[in-house]
Amino acid sequence: MLNERIICAGFGGQGVMLMGQLISYAGMLEGKEVSWLPSYGPEMRGGTANCSVMVSDRPIGSPVITDDATVAMVLNLPSLDKFENDVVPGGKLLINSSLIEKKATRTDITAYYIPANEIAVELGNPRVANMVMLGAFLELTKTVEVSSVLSALKKTFGESKLHLMPVNEEAMKRGAAAVK
Amino acid sequence: MAKVLMKGNEAIGAAAIKAGCKYFFGYPITPQNELPEYMSKEMPKVGGVFLQAESEVAAINMVYGAAGCGARVMTSSSSPGIALKQEGITYIAGAELPCVIVNIVRGGPGLGGIQPAQSDYNQVTRGGGNGDYKLLVYAPANLQEMVDLMQEAFDAADYYRNPVMMVGDGMIGQMMEPIEFREMPSRFELPAKDWATTGTKGARKPNVINSLFLAPQQLEDHNIRLQAKYDAMKANEARFEAYNMENAEVVIVAYGTTSRIVRNAIIDLKEQGINVGLIRPITLWPFPDKAFDLVPETCKSLLSVEMSMGQMVDDIKIASNGRWPVHFYGRSGGMIPTPEGVMNKVKEMVGGAK
Repeated sequence: MLNERIICAGFGGQGVMLMGQLISYAGMLEGKEVSWLPSYGPEMRGGTANCSVMVSDRPIGSPVITDDATVAMVLNLPSLDKFENDVVPGGKLLINSSLIEKKATRTDITAYYIPANEIAVELGNPRVANMVMLGAFLELTKTVEVSSVLSALKKTFGESKLHLMPVNEEAMKRGAAAVK
Repeated sequence: MAKVLMKGNEAIGAAAIKAGCKYFFGYPITPQNELPEYMSKEMPKVGGVFLQAESEVAAINMVYGAAGCGARVMTSSSSPGIALKQEGITYIAGAELPCVIVNIVRGGPGLGGIQPAQSDYNQVTRGGGNGDYKLLVYAPANLQEMVDLMQEAFDAADYYRNPVMMVGDGMIGQMMEPIEFREMPSRFELPAKDWATTGTKGARKPNVINSLFLAPQQLEDHNIRLQAKYDAMKANEARFEAYNMENAEVVIVAYGTTSRIVRNAIIDLKEQGINVGLIRPITLWPFPDKAFDLVPETCKSLLSVEMSMGQMVDDIKIASNGRWPVHFYGRSGGMIPTPEGVMNKVKEMVGGAK
């Protein structure tokens, strides 16, 4: 039974909130139960931002993830330090190795290292690093279909940003390839 | 209609507009800012008015004025801002005018913090303003329920000519969930607002909206009439949900987002052989006293779980009238109770895991 509890974390501007929203949106399009809960508060510019996402076959109780995340995606070092311990044993930790030199310290979870920023730069748009991470996440967990995420992204973008769809789609493909 | 993914604060705004709200007066405060932001964008599209007042006090008095004209009107704020609005709220209640007040509660006392809390339970159920008045207070647990209740909130406000409060917390304001905007049939037959001050055009005597009654007998009569209205609300408006009550050893009372955390704990406790029920008040005032008649004979004690230091415990004691001991587990200040915390408290109460 599907019951993913996902943390997306990084610094403000990396698009971690959007990653979480796209997973939620895609889950909703597939008829799954979803919730998205952001951290909010007096964060510094460049400080950490994170959101908790639930995707489940069952109605969702608490939208809060305490120390039972099935997956954590960390895009910067403070996020790794903050959330590594919140992953359940056997869970997955996706690390943006472009910005995080440190390795995961736990051995009871599986860590994946994705050079998200480098891949994004290769694609000519450093802002799609989040989509690289998202592509890796979808490849590893199959929580939702890539096509559902693309539908969600299209809706989020609206008409004016539709020209950005190809680079985002490519970023997801490259992210998936990085963990194959 | 298809489901949409929306932030709680925005969903409240959308539901209010759908329920016919035409005027919104507010002043910014975290964690409800997305609501006035949404209203500022959407109200003009439906021919309504959004106005950012110079303060919370100004905003609630604008609500007083618009309500007096018979308009569907709403304001929103969070705990310290709601504290500032109390004078206006008791005036509106005293003048018997309908309005909806959204309160996205944050930690207190004082300026407190900006994270989720339920520490304004006493303020919303007892009234922070002066005099014998009551608000009808809804406390939905998820966005769908919040949206579904919004039509009812406006209708009940008009029907009883009384302010209605919609209570959430920072979590419900900030989170996103799929929502369906459904047609909710009204439970109320709403009479014409023949009391509104809309101009006499020389055709009738002026309507007077007022909460000042200097003659003691007149004021007592006014209070007796108000009380009859509150009695009718007590008889007809108390709402709750009961969950997993069969053979429960402990029954937890929790509302709003806290009830969701409790529900997770109940499922996990069941797997460990401990049967726990839940009474979830949907209205905080009137408090759903009748829910406690459903507590099974197997139950040995009640547990209040709150994001406060135990403000709801008194109401549970009154409603259960000494039938069971009442325990408390809570977090405050923006700390959120965990299912584990709730489970440990229950285990302590029943004497360890089985």
